[in-house]
Amino acid sequence: MELLRIATTGSVDDGKSTLIGRLLYDSKAIYDDVLDSTEQHSRRQSSEYFNLALLTDGLKVEREQGITIDVAYRYFSTPKRKFILADTPGHVQYTRNMVTGASTADVALIIVDARHGVVEQSRRHAVIGALLGIKHVVVCINKMDLVDFKEEFFRPIQDDLHDLLTELEIKSHHFIPISALEGDNVVEKSDRMPWYIDGPLLPHLEDLELPDNTVDTPFRFPVQYVIRPLSNEYHDYRGYAGTIASGRVEVGQEIAVMPSGATTTITAIETPEGDANSATEGEAVTIRISDNLDISRGAMFSGTTERPATENSFDATVCWMSERTSLKSGVMLRIKHTTHTARAMVSDLECRVDINSLSDLGFCDELKLNEIGQVTLRTSEPLIFDKYADVRGTGSFILIDESTNETIGAGMIGRPPYLGAGLA
Amino acid sequence: MNSLEKSNSELLTSSQLRALEAESIHIIREVVAEFERPGLLFSGGKDSIVMLHLAVKALRPAKLPFPIIHIDTGHNFPETIEYRDITAANLEIDLVIGSVPDALTSGRVQASTLPGASRNRLQTPVLLDTIRDGKFDAVFGGARRDEERARSKERVYSFRDEFGQWDPKNQRPELWNLYNGFTNPGQHIRVFPLSNWTELDIWQYILAEGIELPSIYFAHEREVFERDGMLMAYSEFLKPEHGEKVFTERVRFRTVGDMTITAGQKSDAETLEQVITEIAVARVSERGASRADDRTAEAAMEDRKREGYF
Repeated sequence: MELLRIATTGSVDDGKSTLIGRLLYDSKAIYDDVLDSTEQHSRRQSSEYFNLALLTDGLKVEREQGITIDVAYRYFSTPKRKFILADTPGHVQYTRNMVTGASTADVALIIVDARHGVVEQSRRHAVIGALLGIKHVVVCINKMDLVDFKEEFFRPIQDDLHDLLTELEIKSHHFIPISALEGDNVVEKSDRMPWYIDGPLLPHLEDLELPDNTVDTPFRFPVQYVIRPLSNEYHDYRGYAGTIASGRVEVGQEIAVMPSGATTTITAIETPEGDANSATEGEAVTIRISDNLDISRGAMFSGTTERPATENSFDATVCWMSERTSLKSGVMLRIKHTTHTARAMVSDLECRVDINSLSDLGFCDELKLNEIGQVTLRTSEPLIFDKYADVRGTGSFILIDESTNETIGAGMIGRPPYLGAGLA
Repeated sequence: MNSLEKSNSELLTSSQLRALEAESIHIIREVVAEFERPGLLFSGGKDSIVMLHLAVKALRPAKLPFPIIHIDTGHNFPETIEYRDITAANLEIDLVIGSVPDALTSGRVQASTLPGASRNRLQTPVLLDTIRDGKFDAVFGGARRDEERARSKERVYSFRDEFGQWDPKNQRPELWNLYNGFTNPGQHIRVFPLSNWTELDIWQYILAEGIELPSIYFAHEREVFERDGMLMAYSEFLKPEHGEKVFTERVRFRTVGDMTITAGQKSDAETLEQVITEIAVARVSERGASRADDRTAEAAMEDRKREGYF
């Protein structure tokens, strides 16, 4: 896996954009002309120093107000890896952007201001990362230059977040004292913090090992599109196109076709590079089978053992993203899950969750913008799914407003073990 | 670089490219499965060529079930037009042309008489008319998020209202690989399958796949003149003004747009490998190096995008 997807989150003014600017600048992902125009703008704002944050704020209003509004995607690479970085704003009201950025990330980068210690938002970022199933967290304790590079500002933050991340079952976590503004421990190791013995941020991200998801996870292939050329040359051709959501599959393997549960054998796997004997998670392939079955978009191929659930009622954790409406029991919505769209309604709004402590706030009658709750959903047709904690690709869904077509909610099927119990 | 290092870095590149390729194919298939009338914007530039290549891969062995759309300013490089026509004929797909010259003749748009004016901005109304007349509900575009900072905020599925407008502050959240393509009649979605590709990824993929490009991407001799520090191609559409001298230079083009706004750069790169070597060490962005249209204002792209531009 040489492509690493990172989500960065931070609070207002903790230097997140500066850190990203520094990563882009020091890895030479910024071209000179972009740098020049940014410098000119920085001078117009009469900054004393070159404002690296301006490199990442894309919209006019963001540059004017010095804030980040929307998720922005950044790209840089080193000889070891290509990085895709989702830069998400840290304002309290923008939880939905954080959830968005975290949904595709392998690693969460949390930034904490060394002067302020762990604030409510740092905890919230860790919690959202955990809810979204991120396995690796890197905490950058920033602005060390403003606390004279002293270890006593670093340790309490590390201890505090170490306990939280352990409770959240995030086993891979790492703490790095940095100064994004001056470049300490970002790309090069700083000699101003001899008490910190590990390496700087970028080499850590380059060497971070991601687990091979294809070994112990079940095979899941949501059928996306049925290819039928209807030409003389390919008269009887029928291929099932899609992206493998989890696991591995090979030619000759017996599979189950859900929801019917009929079994068949794989006769061919066509990849973008041509025919192959096997394929794994993340590959976009076309699968051909030995039997002529009634299969359309929304069906799912799986192994014959360890099949996905097929239900029209299930528990899920939902993050609400609409300013205009709230989530209430009985309201009709559209749900998009894998390659399947159906209608859904909440049959039980079990509880609202305090995102900072993960404690159960008890019964509520609605979820508002940026609130997270535990619900039971009923759908107009059965969905074929796994728990989000087991398979991201078959356990996630979005909720769509039937009248405005806006995406108004994001959901993860199941119930995290730590949710509701509250954190220490 | 010793041979072991070299083969490692080639492997690395290929696994990156395959991951990007899979993501793009997933997006293209999603659109074909969910929309009634998609179309693919094709300029004859390298990004739209790669996008078309991916679409063919995503749906093979079936023929592409949608047309390609070209917004023709009438000021294109002849090499690009030739490439476009041959490509459409080879793939046996329909070509829909939105013509700026026709729109000028009919009075739908007015040419600016200001010095330095191009037909760039005139493309927007013609593009929106073409989308409306063709009843397209999804339009693939080859834009990449690394191109320009307003683009870095763009979704893969970018919603456009009845006026074709992009509202950057009010975009649909986009999670996992679950794209929301619901629209009402008159609205459409711009789909950007290459969102996560960088310029270098595009070139390396062209090399890995052996994709043919229009000849202007490679070094050739051309009559040019210098304007604002950029080498503009001398043509019937763009002529030198006071004091600008025409001379012959060996150039290639890093992006391909209108002849009036696309600048060339001095180069001896005749092969893909040579072009990639030059780009890998380039210190100027592709839009900065070759697009006069982005130099007009700091937020030029954002402003044009809000109006419905590509």
